[in-house]
Amino acid sequence: MSDFDAEAMIDAMAPFLGLTVEDEYRAGIVQHLNAAWIIAQSVLAVELKDDAEPAPVYRP
Amino acid sequence: MAFDGAAAIARAVKSRTRTARAEVEACLARIEALNPRLNAFTAVTAERALKRADALDAMIAAGRDPGPLAGVPFGVKNLFDIEGLPTLAGSKINRDLPPAHADATLIARLEEAGAILIGALNMGEYAYDFTGENAHYGPSRNPHAPDHMSGGSSGGSGTAPAAGMVPLALGSDTNGSIRVPSSFCGLFGLKPSYGRLSRANSFPFVSSLDHLGPIARTVEDLALSYDAMQGPDAADPACTPDGIEPVTWLLGRGVDGLRIARAGGYFARGADPAAFAAVDVVAGALDARRSVDLPLAAEARGAAYLITMAEGASLHLDRLKTRHGDYDADVRDRLLAGAMIPGAWVARAQKIRRLFRARMLTLFREVDILLAPATPCRAPRIGQKTMLLAGREMAVRPNLGIFTQPISFIGLPVVSVPVWTQGEALPIGVQVIAPPWREDLALRVAGELERRGVVMAPVAKPQ
Repeated sequence: MSDFDAEAMIDAMAPFLGLTVEDEYRAGIVQHLNAAWIIAQSVLAVELKDDAEPAPVYRP
Repeated sequence: MAFDGAAAIARAVKSRTRTARAEVEACLARIEALNPRLNAFTAVTAERALKRADALDAMIAAGRDPGPLAGVPFGVKNLFDIEGLPTLAGSKINRDLPPAHADATLIARLEEAGAILIGALNMGEYAYDFTGENAHYGPSRNPHAPDHMSGGSSGGSGTAPAAGMVPLALGSDTNGSIRVPSSFCGLFGLKPSYGRLSRANSFPFVSSLDHLGPIARTVEDLALSYDAMQGPDAADPACTPDGIEPVTWLLGRGVDGLRIARAGGYFARGADPAAFAAVDVVAGALDARRSVDLPLAAEARGAAYLITMAEGASLHLDRLKTRHGDYDADVRDRLLAGAMIPGAWVARAQKIRRLFRARMLTLFREVDILLAPATPCRAPRIGQKTMLLAGREMAVRPNLGIFTQPISFIGLPVVSVPVWTQGEALPIGVQVIAPPWREDLALRVAGELERRGVVMAPVAKPQ
């Protein structure tokens, strides 16, 4: 599980982004940040070479 | 008459067996009877449709060719611009937008081919949804079991054809929003290659991943409508400048010579047995004995998930500041979380997209078609928040797209085909996945399965 503090992240990021977070929004945001963190671990574990390119105008 | 498919309607109207007006009136009557219960349409453009039907009938009477979709009524997810209406995209906030000044490109192209727009269809708010539920307009319901989800986010685009209100609907698919309702409502859905069909004059969600496409009750109807909608459009920067590649004439070619395999690994675990049983049925009918692993599939799904969070939040950032109280709570919380996703994660996710594409193109050197579940389960009940998948309790809302998300991530064309099991009220879909730009192959396989009676999309009996 994540060892980051989603509540603290919300407290820091919301003013940074100029967003209002009402009390009743917090539980949902925490849940989604935790889900994103877990999902991101496998994404970030993929080895990418320094010359790996994104696909800015994507063509399949 | 309301149960005829688009091709059958067009034949009847062109041969003057029936009038376009009669077709439109039949659809309007069926919508009036069923919509209060099933909640597929959020706007019915009856006056416009009848006017157009009369013009079409006059054209036919004058001996002019009305087009391949003559008199075919269709509905569109309410993120398509319809001239004179605000483009809701499932939201309360967009009610304040000025009315659209023109129709979306795909509506215009279908109407040029003789089809008749009949209204706008319910959807999950701003397309961030797999359930078909909507806090502002109520859920679009599954006609085969109205207490169950239609699937999202193109929920009404599943409800309307499955209930026989229209033979054809348009939806959008960013992570699975055409294929999930097709699976839950027992319909054929085509998510074309990324960039194949113009998205101009539709409300976006994640422009890196947004696709538009048709949902219908026959494969021929998918092909006919898809052919009518193809073509370059400078108004959508992602739309291919290449010429159109019609597919309808290829449908009869069958599957001989195609190398068909089922997707293993990621696509063979973490779901209800019904999802795998449906793939067994389709693979068995096609004699597809080989199973192949899709490299990086889980990571691809994760990358699509993160890009969706971040790009979705980027689209809505200003509205989140000023109108946060007017969002569907489920959507709002995901968008607010998405605004906090680090840019470094998203840039890596975009690089994985290119990497996954390269790996899949290598795989497609030895395989022409891949089969995978469309959804991890049959339609859950409306309001259901969690589900048990392979012994694990999972949140419903983000996980209905686990099998669709990696495929749309790299823009592969897919036809979702509906499988029915005796004794079960609800169907479940299988994805027939083709290499980039080979919609023809996916449609040929779907057509062969339909001809053999392996897959079908019956109109729901009134519940």
